[in-house]
Amino acid sequence: MSPILSIEIPFWGQTIFRSIGGLAAALGPAGLLVYIYLFKLMSFVQSRLGPMEAGPQGSLQLLAEVGKFFQKEDIFPEKADRIVFALAPFVVLMSTFLLVLVVPFGPDAWFVNLDTGIYFALAVSSVSVIGILMAGWASASKYSLLGGLRAAGQLIAYELPLVLAVMGVVIQAGTLNMQDIVLAQAEGEIFGFGGLGNPFILTQFVGFVIFLIAMQAELTQPPFDMPVAESELVTGYMTEYSGIRFLLFFVGEFATAGVFSMIAAVLFLGGWWVPGLDPDSNLFNIIGPAVLLGKMFIVTTLIFWFRFTYPRFREDQLQKIAWKFLIPISLANIVVTGVLKVVF
Amino acid sequence: MTAISETEQLRYISQQAADARVNVEIETEGMTLNLGPQHPATHGTLRIVAKLDGEQVVAAEPIMGYMHRGYEKLAEVRTYPQVTTLINRIDWVGSFANETSFILAAEKLMEVEAPPRAQYIRTILHEMSRIANVILGIGDMGVQVGAVTPIFFAFRDREYVLNQIEAVTGGRFHPNFDRIGGLKDDLPAGWVQNTKNSMDKIRGFCDQIEELMYGNEIFQARTRGIGIIPPEIGLSYGVSGVNIRASGVDWDARRDNMPHGLSYDKVDWKVWTHPDGDSYARMWCRLQEVREGTYIIDKLLDDLPSGPVMAKVPRIIKVPAGEAYVETENPLGVMGYYVVSKGDLNPFRVKIRSASFNNVAIAPWLLKGVYVPDIITILGSLYFVLGDIDR
Repeated sequence: MSPILSIEIPFWGQTIFRSIGGLAAALGPAGLLVYIYLFKLMSFVQSRLGPMEAGPQGSLQLLAEVGKFFQKEDIFPEKADRIVFALAPFVVLMSTFLLVLVVPFGPDAWFVNLDTGIYFALAVSSVSVIGILMAGWASASKYSLLGGLRAAGQLIAYELPLVLAVMGVVIQAGTLNMQDIVLAQAEGEIFGFGGLGNPFILTQFVGFVIFLIAMQAELTQPPFDMPVAESELVTGYMTEYSGIRFLLFFVGEFATAGVFSMIAAVLFLGGWWVPGLDPDSNLFNIIGPAVLLGKMFIVTTLIFWFRFTYPRFREDQLQKIAWKFLIPISLANIVVTGVLKVVF
Repeated sequence: MTAISETEQLRYISQQAADARVNVEIETEGMTLNLGPQHPATHGTLRIVAKLDGEQVVAAEPIMGYMHRGYEKLAEVRTYPQVTTLINRIDWVGSFANETSFILAAEKLMEVEAPPRAQYIRTILHEMSRIANVILGIGDMGVQVGAVTPIFFAFRDREYVLNQIEAVTGGRFHPNFDRIGGLKDDLPAGWVQNTKNSMDKIRGFCDQIEELMYGNEIFQARTRGIGIIPPEIGLSYGVSGVNIRASGVDWDARRDNMPHGLSYDKVDWKVWTHPDGDSYARMWCRLQEVREGTYIIDKLLDDLPSGPVMAKVPRIIKVPAGEAYVETENPLGVMGYYVVSKGDLNPFRVKIRSASFNNVAIAPWLLKGVYVPDIITILGSLYFVLGDIDR
């Protein structure tokens, strides 16, 4: 076990720290995203003020909302499959918490340092499909069923471009370990120039764009929000949920947005590392999380900007984009990356 | 053609039978989806029963009447001036336009004519209610295709029109301002200039929404080629207003069948049509109508005549016996009132021809074979107000 900040902490202590850190790393960004983007940026885009009453600039609105959801009755539909219905939000949330585990926040500030980190992340991100299908099926509602099936079709279709977009990064870094991907960017150089390192957004720009689009679809954010299309399917698989279980879905949605943005930041923007500093220095254990959070906000701003401006695709158009457009381009990207990797 | 042997023939038949068996096995059971009466997309209580095969609509039927308020019957027990209070509520987002045709029908029976100034102001308010209505429809279409932002812009800029309507009539939603023989009041001071400024703002809204929504590739992909109404089918269903002009039918009641008492013929303006007849064409024509409406208002304000706004009518209005039908081009389409009088204080019978009722009637024909998301965009582009369907 490596020491954190040169202080010897026993294994059980580290485990506790890392568990608390994991919870904070998933839920903290979720709260920030809801407040900054859903409450404030959205209001700014739509020329209104947003919540202003609770706390200064409405900053405590989030607590009020959570409190509201806690007070609400936890309703089960009469014909629902009660056990599956009750478990579904937890399965969705579980995938988020598993996802955050492999994100590195500093040279030693990690939760789990897996050698197959990114592989693990992409694998567990699909677990949420099961939860969504469970919710859609167990609700015994036609809107939920259609929403759940749409979600399953969409998430499976966009899993592929997501993985293929990451392949380019993996080829360049030569590793699946998220920590080593950050180090590869810090120590890399572009055609002999190493001053900036090699944030993979520069050499893998196509991969970054595909990753963003596929991520938008994985998160079911507009313009890919077919599964929860509120104007036709009410709220899709979440239609029958209320109170705390709806809150779990909601938290899951935004926590996943945050975690996926962190993964994008790690893969393409250099993670916790800033150009010009030694990636091995202990400093990054302290400022690393803040740097990663800042880079996460760059990615989330893009995501939510699209969310507020774009209308949504139809289901068949959505599938067409994945299979006819994104997958061929990402395959070509892999080939080009592979060839260049061998040549240089 | 060569003759085929018996064995080949038998093999072919057995093959066909096997195919048929497979087809029977994978045939799926249909599902009936009930959109409404309470559903976020039906703005009101329209219910649509759609029989689905997968996500494809096999048959769809709109079921109306959840909001029937019996205005035709209620009008029979109210005096003529009182009826306008009721009919304001038919199309509640562009309510002044509802009053116009009823008042014009009553004027026709009484053979009175509003003074020119009243006719001009009436026309201006009629166009303003069109703008207030159609802007909301455009913003609402954004919500139907999944973009939330346009409706906030629509509500923001609709205020400019509503404020002007409020300034002159005293009511934002239900002006109740039209009188038999003229108008209740004259314009307040400074209204003309304020209105011109507001019209500038509305044109700004049109430009903004054109960039934000109409130019968006996804919006075009969702609406182009979807829900095409051929002109002859549309006419046979009685579709009117923008919905039929978007199919290339160059007919506008403001120009071709203008009732006596409005002044659309005093200014130059253009009727916008579109050859496509799809959802995009309908929304495009709506936007052009808003823009054209602002120009009509500007021009009418420029040569607003002076004089009284009320003709000489008796204090207690008794309409002579007879019957009259007057229709005007309302925001949602052609709206007409058939008024039968027996010389009483109350109308003997009022039949309301409202636009949305006929516009929605084409839905079963239009929705056959489309996907579930397209139900919403098609209904959004037909743009109805539920009060206008059920009355």
